[in-house]
Amino acid sequence: MNLYAVIFYLLAFIILAATALAITRRNLMHAIVYLVLSFFGTALLFYLLGAPFLAVLEVIIYAGAIMVLFLFIVMMLEIKPADTPRRLYLRQWLPAAVLGVLCLAVAFVLIVFKTGESLPLPLAAASPLEFGRFLFQKYWFSVEIVSFLLFAALVGALYLGRREG
Amino acid sequence: MDTIVPYSHVLVLGAALFLLGAACVVARRNLVMILIGVEVMLNAAGVALVAGSLRWQQLDGQALVLFIMCVAAAEVAVGLALIVYSQRRTGSLDADRYNLMKG
Repeated sequence: MNLYAVIFYLLAFIILAATALAITRRNLMHAIVYLVLSFFGTALLFYLLGAPFLAVLEVIIYAGAIMVLFLFIVMMLEIKPADTPRRLYLRQWLPAAVLGVLCLAVAFVLIVFKTGESLPLPLAAASPLEFGRFLFQKYWFSVEIVSFLLFAALVGALYLGRREG
Repeated sequence: MDTIVPYSHVLVLGAALFLLGAACVVARRNLVMILIGVEVMLNAAGVALVAGSLRWQQLDGQALVLFIMCVAAAEVAVGLALIVYSQRRTGSLDADRYNLMKG
């Protein structure tokens, strides 16, 4: 096991632990801060997997913009802690548990029986220049569509957030 | 040649992350937590795509992750606006309280 593998498993542990802590928190603030940690871990993982530009975008967009938006909304809504009862809803956790067991079984099969391709990942990185050239040569139309989508989302959010009357 | 880890291990990480997000969406009742679960699921898809991009030495996977990020940003903007709107109307964030159409 080389250094890269050690870093990968460490990052995987950090990401999974932070996400698991985030989705089980009762306090929304704590959940969001744990999720920021998880996204930082994912950014490092992207860097390790040869996508430095996406690593930067992950920090800027996910950890920087989306999570701060969540924080602002949580602060704006002033949720009372006593609003949610402290009960475990078996009817709701049961489907989640079934999903989890199924998914873990598939993962187990994937690791143990080595079905399909299980080749080790090589070490390579796509520079932002290379990535940008590729993106605007092959996917320029999708970039336009996505920009329209963002514009539509902006208009929709403004419409929903307007004052009544 | 230097290598990182087997491709299947990254896929398992992505699957576990996706599973955590799905569990969050299914089991939590707070609307903000449901939206967070969707974010986690999109992020998990991104992990698998970046690994696939490295595995086949093609940049298409990374381009797709960029689009996923844009969709996630749009989804969060509209979703949070919807949450604020419905919280103003009903005064609650609990998904079970939205039962106005239930006879």
